[in-house]
Amino acid sequence: MTEIWADFFLLQDPNLRWVLAGTVMLGLSAGALGCFAVLRERALVGDAVAHSVLPGVCLAFIITGDKDPLALLIGSVVFGWISLLVMDFVIRNSKISTDTSIGMVLSVFFGLGVVMLTWIQNSGNANQSGLDAFLFGNAASMLPEDVLLFGFVSVMVLVTIILLFKELKLVSFDPGFATVIGYPMKRMEVLMATLLVVTITAGLQAVGVVLMASMLIIPAAAARYWTDSLVVMLVIAAGVGAISAISGTFVSYTAPSMPTGPWMVVSAAALFTLSFFFAPARGEFQKWRRRRRQQEKVSGENILKTLYKLEERDGLSARSRTRREILKKRRMEPASLKKGLRRLVSQGLVQHLKGQPSGYLLTEGGREEAKRIVRIHRLWELYLTEKLQLPGDHVHDPAESMEHVITPELEQQLMRILNNPEEDPHNKRIPKASPRSGGAAL
Amino acid sequence: MTHASKTGASAPPVEVHDLTVSYQNKPVLWDVDFTLPEGTLTAIVGPNGAGKSTLIKVIMGLIEPVSGHALIYGKPLQQMRKRIAYVPQRESVDWNFPVSVLDVVLMGRYAHLKMFRRPGRRDRELALQALEKVGMAAYSDRQIAQLSGGQQQRVFLARALAQDADIYFMDEPFAGVDASTEEHILQLLRELRSAGRTVIVVHHDLQTVSDYFDWVLMLNLRLVAIGPMETTFTKENLQKAYGGRLNILTQVIELSRRENFVRETEHD
Ligand SMILES: Nc1ncnc2c1ncn2[C@@H]1O[C@H](COP(=O)(O)OP(=O)(O)O)[C@@H](O)[C@H]1O
Ligand SMILES: [Mg+2]
Repeated sequence: MTEIWADFFLLQDPNLRWVLAGTVMLGLSAGALGCFAVLRERALVGDAVAHSVLPGVCLAFIITGDKDPLALLIGSVVFGWISLLVMDFVIRNSKISTDTSIGMVLSVFFGLGVVMLTWIQNSGNANQSGLDAFLFGNAASMLPEDVLLFGFVSVMVLVTIILLFKELKLVSFDPGFATVIGYPMKRMEVLMATLLVVTITAGLQAVGVVLMASMLIIPAAAARYWTDSLVVMLVIAAGVGAISAISGTFVSYTAPSMPTGPWMVVSAAALFTLSFFFAPARGEFQKWRRRRRQQEKVSGENILKTLYKLEERDGLSARSRTRREILKKRRMEPASLKKGLRRLVSQGLVQHLKGQPSGYLLTEGGREEAKRIVRIHRLWELYLTEKLQLPGDHVHDPAESMEHVITPELEQQLMRILNNPEEDPHNKRIPKASPRSGGAAL
Repeated sequence: MTHASKTGASAPPVEVHDLTVSYQNKPVLWDVDFTLPEGTLTAIVGPNGAGKSTLIKVIMGLIEPVSGHALIYGKPLQQMRKRIAYVPQRESVDWNFPVSVLDVVLMGRYAHLKMFRRPGRRDRELALQALEKVGMAAYSDRQIAQLSGGQQQRVFLARALAQDADIYFMDEPFAGVDASTEEHILQLLRELRSAGRTVIVVHHDLQTVSDYFDWVLMLNLRLVAIGPMETTFTKENLQKAYGGRLNILTQVIELSRRENFVRETEHD
């Protein structure tokens, strides 16, 4: 077993080098081109075209009686184009909805292809063995001449994308504007359709028609999680495509009966899942962490505020409070209070006295922070009543959420707009920051 | 200098001849025929579905008319593409597309770039200048998905400015923008006019039409009227363009014509 790993990764087998080069080129070009297909919302069309090339492949075999790669390529490209034209015709000239039309073309062409494939397999032609690899792909069965042709096609697709990047970007983003500034839109459409058909054809042997569309869609979808730049998205999608190609080829090399396509798709899907959960900024995990941090901030600020209000009520005496006292003043989950207090202690905003008296006491910094929150709350209440004429009993709830949001700059603006007020609408004093302290310790 | 002098003749910037457009045999524009003078700010007004956007799209070559044609400085559009700029309705693109503000504005320069050519330093400078003019220079690296509606509109305007054209067509640039953006856009329109450019704007707010523009084109399937604001933006014409729907609006107009901006909330 280790031998086969070594064989694979040291690229000892010359045939393997060919196959790997072919599938990696395919992964790169399909990943990059897929970005445009996905952004132009043509993913479904890609799937239909991929399925529709099967009868073309079969017809090429019937005519030539052989698996000549050039004949297969021509048959596939021709049928890919026919399916596109039929889709376009049906969408334009019937009342059938777009997705129904696409689905119909997909199933009719693919059904026809399967019928032809079955007929060939029963015809007794000795050359037909392995033709069913076009359904799910079999990279290991690729010959150098196949790789040369299909790899060349993939390289051409990549080169075209690089050369026409600016044009493809504009046409994908705003086709109307592209028309107005005089882009040859008919030719651009033909070019993009050809790139799609050709890329799908390049994946015939390695991935197969059934799953080829996934190699266009999944890498692009995964890449979108990592970036907001089209160039970077293309690079990442190409990378995801290439990695999937390597792992799919590996499986099909170590277990030649294994189809390559499904393994490539599974790898791509794994990378997609990884992106979905762990991509910075957009990944679910990061989103969850941000939400949690926000919740922690809010609950910590609420505890500080409560401790401050207790001091205020008792005439600004700096006395420690038990958790029970805090809970009596403000309702919250006892467990979250406990956790929140522990965080505040570690941040140095609250002191935990263990002896007599025991309990929690605001530190100097904690008191400043608490004042800041109370100040914002009361400023906002005042702003709502004075400037927006909201009745006094309607301003507490909005202020309760704004106090966690308003930045120091906004706070200063509020101060200015309201002329450095002393009291809020409920005649509570608006606490001023202590002159020496540098503001929030958080 | 007038831009017509570039062409040698004094052909008007926009001529539309006997234009008829229909969608699936339903006429949307009927025998529309007019000429616009150089260096004016023209508003296209008319009720919803009157064919305002369609008129612009036909002139821009986005829709094929059933009959008739439009000329730019006396020549067919195909020869004059570099001299016109287009600000489509904001909703016409997907604002989640992975491009930055500067990317979008640079697209305005594509009109002057050959195929395969990347925008150069000069193009970036012009794009940044255009962003400066719309007050969005600080946003050049932002993703367009992060912009507010008013900011999106300004980015589209900056893209058109980067085109550096002689005629600007804008479809509802004031739709859904805040007051400060509205002020900013108006300022820009006036700068374009003082620079001798011709600007045609689809406008939906009848209260501001006469303040913002100097010509008006009133449309409702047919061309109702076209001409200088004072003589054309009349109650009779508005009645013709808006039909029975105009009861409140005509009153508003009458009020504003008397320079008396008491807004009444009467209903018909
Ligand atoms: N692509 C289209 N297909 C069919 N009908 C359309 C299409 N676009 C616009 N229309 C119709 O044409 C008429 C004019 O539309 P439009 O030019 O957008 O009006 P406006 O911009 O004045 O509101 C409307 O009745 C609209 O429903
Ligand atoms: Mg419109």
